Amino acid sequence: MSLLEVSDLRVSFSTADGVVKAVRGVSFSVDTGKTLGIVGESGSGKTVLTQTLLGLAPGGQVSGRAMFGGKDLLTLRPEQLRQVRGAEIAVIFQDPLTSLHPLYKVGWQIREMIRSHDKSVSKQQATERAVELLGRVGIPQPRQRVDDYPHQFSGGMRQRAMIAMALALTPKLIIADEPTTALDATVQAQILDLLIRLQEESDTALIMITHDLGVVADIADDVMVMYAGRAAEKADKHDIFYRPHHPYTKGLLESIPNSSAAGERLKPITGQPPSLINLPSGCAFHPRCTYVMDRCLTEEPDLVAVGATGQHRSACWLPVGAAGIEQDAEEIRRRAVEQGRHDAAAKVAEAIAAAPESQGSVIA
Amino acid sequence: MSISEIEFQASTVEDAPAEGIQGRSQWALTWRRLRRDKLAVASMIVIVLIAACAIAAPAFAALVGHAPNTVYPNTGLSASGGPVSPGTHGFFLGTDELGRDLFVRIVYGAQISLFVGIITTLIATVAGVSLGLITGYFGGWVDGILARFIDSVLAFPYIVLALSLAVVFGPSLPIVIGVISFFSWAGISRVVRGQALSIKEREYIEAARSLGAGPWRIMFIDILPNLLAPVLVLATLSIPAAITFEATLDYLGLGVPPPTATWGNILSGAQSYYSVAWWYLVFPALALVITTIAFNLLGDGVRDAMDPRTERVFAAGRRKRKKRTPATDTPTPQLPDPPRQAMPPTA
Amino acid sequence: MSETLPRDTATTGPGETDDVLVRVSDLVKYFPVRGGGLISRTVAHVQAVDGVSLTIGRGQTIGLVGETGCGKSTLARCIAGLIPTTSGTVTFEGHNITNLPRRQMQPYRREIQMIFQDPYGSLNPRRRVGSIIGDPFAVHKTASGSKRKRAVQELMERVGLNPEHFNRYPAEFSGGQRQRIGVARALALRPKLIICDEPVSALDVSIQAQVLNLLADLQADYGLSYLFIAHDLEVVRHVSDSVVVMYLGRIAEAGPKDPVYDAPRHPYTNALLSAAPAADPEAAASRQRIILTGDVPSPINPPSGCRFHPRCPKAQELCSQQDPPLEVKAGDPSTHVTACHFPVQEGEVLARSGRTSGGQPR
Repeated sequence: MSLLEVSDLRVSFSTADGVVKAVRGVSFSVDTGKTLGIVGESGSGKTVLTQTLLGLAPGGQVSGRAMFGGKDLLTLRPEQLRQVRGAEIAVIFQDPLTSLHPLYKVGWQIREMIRSHDKSVSKQQATERAVELLGRVGIPQPRQRVDDYPHQFSGGMRQRAMIAMALALTPKLIIADEPTTALDATVQAQILDLLIRLQEESDTALIMITHDLGVVADIADDVMVMYAGRAAEKADKHDIFYRPHHPYTKGLLESIPNSSAAGERLKPITGQPPSLINLPSGCAFHPRCTYVMDRCLTEEPDLVAVGATGQHRSACWLPVGAAGIEQDAEEIRRRAVEQGRHDAAAKVAEAIAAAPESQGSVIA
Repeated sequence: MSISEIEFQASTVEDAPAEGIQGRSQWALTWRRLRRDKLAVASMIVIVLIAACAIAAPAFAALVGHAPNTVYPNTGLSASGGPVSPGTHGFFLGTDELGRDLFVRIVYGAQISLFVGIITTLIATVAGVSLGLITGYFGGWVDGILARFIDSVLAFPYIVLALSLAVVFGPSLPIVIGVISFFSWAGISRVVRGQALSIKEREYIEAARSLGAGPWRIMFIDILPNLLAPVLVLATLSIPAAITFEATLDYLGLGVPPPTATWGNILSGAQSYYSVAWWYLVFPALALVITTIAFNLLGDGVRDAMDPRTERVFAAGRRKRKKRTPATDTPTPQLPDPPRQAMPPTA
Repeated sequence: MSETLPRDTATTGPGETDDVLVRVSDLVKYFPVRGGGLISRTVAHVQAVDGVSLTIGRGQTIGLVGETGCGKSTLARCIAGLIPTTSGTVTFEGHNITNLPRRQMQPYRREIQMIFQDPYGSLNPRRRVGSIIGDPFAVHKTASGSKRKRAVQELMERVGLNPEHFNRYPAEFSGGQRQRIGVARALALRPKLIICDEPVSALDVSIQAQVLNLLADLQADYGLSYLFIAHDLEVVRHVSDSVVVMYLGRIAEAGPKDPVYDAPRHPYTNALLSAAPAADPEAAASRQRIILTGDVPSPINPPSGCRFHPRCPKAQELCSQQDPPLEVKAGDPSTHVTACHFPVQEGEVLARSGRTSGGQPR
C-alpha cells in the first residue's frame, strides 16, 4: 500500500540569472515500512524535492501532486502542512546543530513539539515521553540529558536527539536528508543501525536522501537515482546495483573505488553536472554520456520499464537489454571512449540493440 | 530550516561548466547592482552636483558679482542694519549680519566641507587599514598594545583635544584635518582588525603560508583584497561623519577661523540672528543636511550592492553544510555603524 | 595512567625503504586550552597528536585515516611546518626541519606542498586564478612576467584546465575544477612531497574519480610522494601503498595496505572497515557489522591506557591501565604494526549489532 505517492512534481525558481528548474517531473511512491533511497549529486534536485513536499522551500513555482493519506501535500495550507509535519511526516536534516534550536533545552524542544500537536498532553507526560524517546535512540542517562542544550551533545548524540524528536509523534514516514554525511564513519554506522532498528519496530517508511551509494546498498529497498532534476533510474536495490541501465547509474558505480579495481585508474564520468538554468538539449546527461546517440541530443527520454517486472524503470534511449555491465561491453566502451565518442559509441549502441533481449546480458 | 535560495543557487551555479558563466569581477557586479538602486543613483547625482558647485565656486561668485568674504553694507544690509532676505538686491539667498552674500559663502563653504571630508577619510582609511591589518594579522603583544590604543582613542573626548590644540596653536584648517583624521582612523582600524582576524583563519591564508609567503605579502596581497569591500563602505560612510565633525568644530570656534566661509562658521553666526533672519540658519543647515544624507544614502547603497544576499534571499535561515554544498563567496561582514560625531548643539 | 613505553619501538610500519623522504619521530602536539578569570591561564591541553612516528618514502603514497579528533590534520600541518610542534622531530631528506624559522624553512617549502580539503575555502576569492597558481613562483622568485605566465598556463593544462581561463576568478569554476587549481598551485615548484588533506571529500562522487586519476597521473609523471589524508577507506585503499590508522592522536595500526585491509588486527580498524559499506548490496548485507558504543571522545581528556578501550568490543582490564605499544603482531609481516593488547585474530567475530545478523534486515 502506497503511503506517499508523488506524481510529476515540478519546481522552479526565478532568479536574476534565469529560471532554475530544480525539479523537472519526478514521480515516485513509498510503501509503509519500506525504505526508498534517493541518490544524487549536487544539483540533482533531491533536496528541493523533499523540501517542497513539506513546504520548506518557499518561493518556487510548484506543480504536480503528492498524495499522502488521501491529501495532496502540495495544496495544503501552511497550518495544515504544519500539522502533517512532525505528526505524520518527520524530517531529519544533515546538520543537527543548525536544525535544533540552540537556545532551548533538547527536552523542552521535544516536549513542545509533542504538546503543539496535542494540547491535552500535560508537561509532565510530555517530558516523560521525551526521556523515553532519548533512551530509545540510545542516549545514555536520558533523564539528565533531557535538560541539556544541543551544544552540550556531541555530533552523533545530536543526530540521535534529532531522531528522537522525529519519532516523538510516531510518524508514518521519515524523510532523512543526508543524516550521516557530516558524521564520522563509526558514528554513521551507529545512526544507520538505529534508523533501521526503529523502522523495524514501528513499521515506519523511510526516505533516505544521500550521495553515498554504500549507505543505499546497506539500507534501502528501492532506489531512485536523480540527475539534473529528474529521475534517471528507479528500481529495487539489486537491480540498481547489479543490473543498472542508465549510463549515469553505471558511471556512478564505476567511478567509485572498490576493492576489485584497487590500483587501476578509476573510470570517472567526464564533465560536470549541468546548470539547471541552461540545461543541455534533449537528455540532460548526453554531454557526459559514453553511449550517446543522435537521438539523445534532441529528445529527452521518459522513464520506461527495462526489467522483467516493470518495476525497474530507466529514462534512457538505450534499448531495454542494455541493463547490466558485462566485461566485453566494458572493453568496447573503453575503446569507444578513446577513439572519440559519437561514432564509435553509436556503433556500441547498435550492437546492444542487436543483442538478444535477455536479462543481464549485453553484448555477445 | 529551509534551504536558502543563495545556497541552492550556489550549488547549481558553482557546478555549471566554466563556459556557462560570464567572467564578472566583484566590482563589475557591485557597479551593476548599484546602478539599479534608484536611491543610490540619486545620491550620486546630488554629490556630483555639490562637488561641481564647490569647484565652480569662483564662477558663481563672479556670476552674482559678490565675493565670499566681502561685506556689502549698502546693498546687503537693510535700513535697520539687519541682514536682507533672499532675493533682494541680487542676493540669491540673502545676507548675513555683515552683509555678506550667503549663497556665495555657502558655495565656498562646500569646498572646505568636501575637501576636509575626503582628505580626512583618505588619511584615516590608509592609516586605519594599515594598522588594523598589522594588529589583526600579527596578534600577540602587537595586537594587545594597539588594540588598547584604539580603544582609548575611541573613548577619548575629542572636544577636549580640539580645545587644547586650538588654545595652543590657534584654530586652523590643518588642526581640523589632524583632529578629524586622528579620531576617524580608530573606527576603521577596529573593523579592519576584526576582519583580518577572521580572514587570517581562512584556508587560503593557510595555503599561502604553506607556500612560504611572508607576513607582509599575505597581509597586502591576500588579506587586503578581501577587505576592500567593507573598507569602501566604511570610507563612504565616514565622509559625512567627517563633514559633520568639521562643521561642529567650526561651530564651536575650534576649527577654521572666521572670516573663512564654512558651513559651521555660518551656522555659528546664525545663532544670534535666526529669529530675524530665518534664511541665515536654514540654508547652511540645508546644505549640511543634504550633503550628509546624500553620502549616507550612497554608503548604504554601496553596502547593499556589495552584499548579494539582500537582493535575492527570501527564505529565512541558512543551513550550513559542512562537506557537501560549498559555501558561497566570502560573505561581506555585518558592518558596525561608523562612529557618529555629535551634532552641534542648538543654541 | 599510561606507562611510558618508548613509543617508537617500531618507528614505522610502512615502507622502511632506504629512500626515505620524510621521517617523523615521536611527534607530539598539544594545544593549550585557556580558561581562568582575569588572567587567562592554560587549564588543559588538547592532545591532538600524542607520539606519532612514521616515514614517507620517495614515490610512495601513505594513506592516513581516522575520524574526528584523531589528529591526522594536525599531524599533516606539523609535517608541513604550518604549526609548531610540542616535541618530536620531522626530518626531510635527513635534514631536521622541525620548527624552523621561516627563512630557513623556505627552501623546504618548495619541496613540501599541500592540497586542502575545501575547494571553496582554499582559494582566495578576490584573486585571479592565474595569480593564485603563480603565487609559488612569486614567493620563491623563480619566474616572473611572461615566463611565469607561461609556466602557469602549462600547469593549468597539465591538470586539465583551460589555460585561457587564467584571468578568471575562483567563483567561476566548479568544485572539481577548483580542486584542480589547488593541485596546479601545489605542483608549481615540482615538490617532492604533496600532503593531500582530504582532497576529494568535498567533491561529488563522479568528480572525485577525475581528481584521483589526476593525482595518480601526476605521481607517475613526476615521481611525487603523497601523504593522503581521508576518511573514506575505499578511496585510501585505492590510492595508497601503505596505510596508517590513527585514533585520538596515536597510531592504532599501520602497514602496507593489503595486510591492513585484508587482515586488520586492531578492533578499531575492523570497526572502521565495517562502518563503510561497499556499494554492493550483497557484500553490505553479509559483512560483519561492528557497531561501537558511544562517540569519539574529546582529545582534551583522553581515556587512560589504550585510548580506544571505552568503545572497544574486546576491552579488558589491562586495556584501561596500560597503553599498548605499537609492534608487529604474531603472524604479520614485519611492516605491519598494531597497538593493541588483544589484536583481532583471523576468523574472529566482533559484531555487536542490534540488527539481525546476515542477510536483509527484514
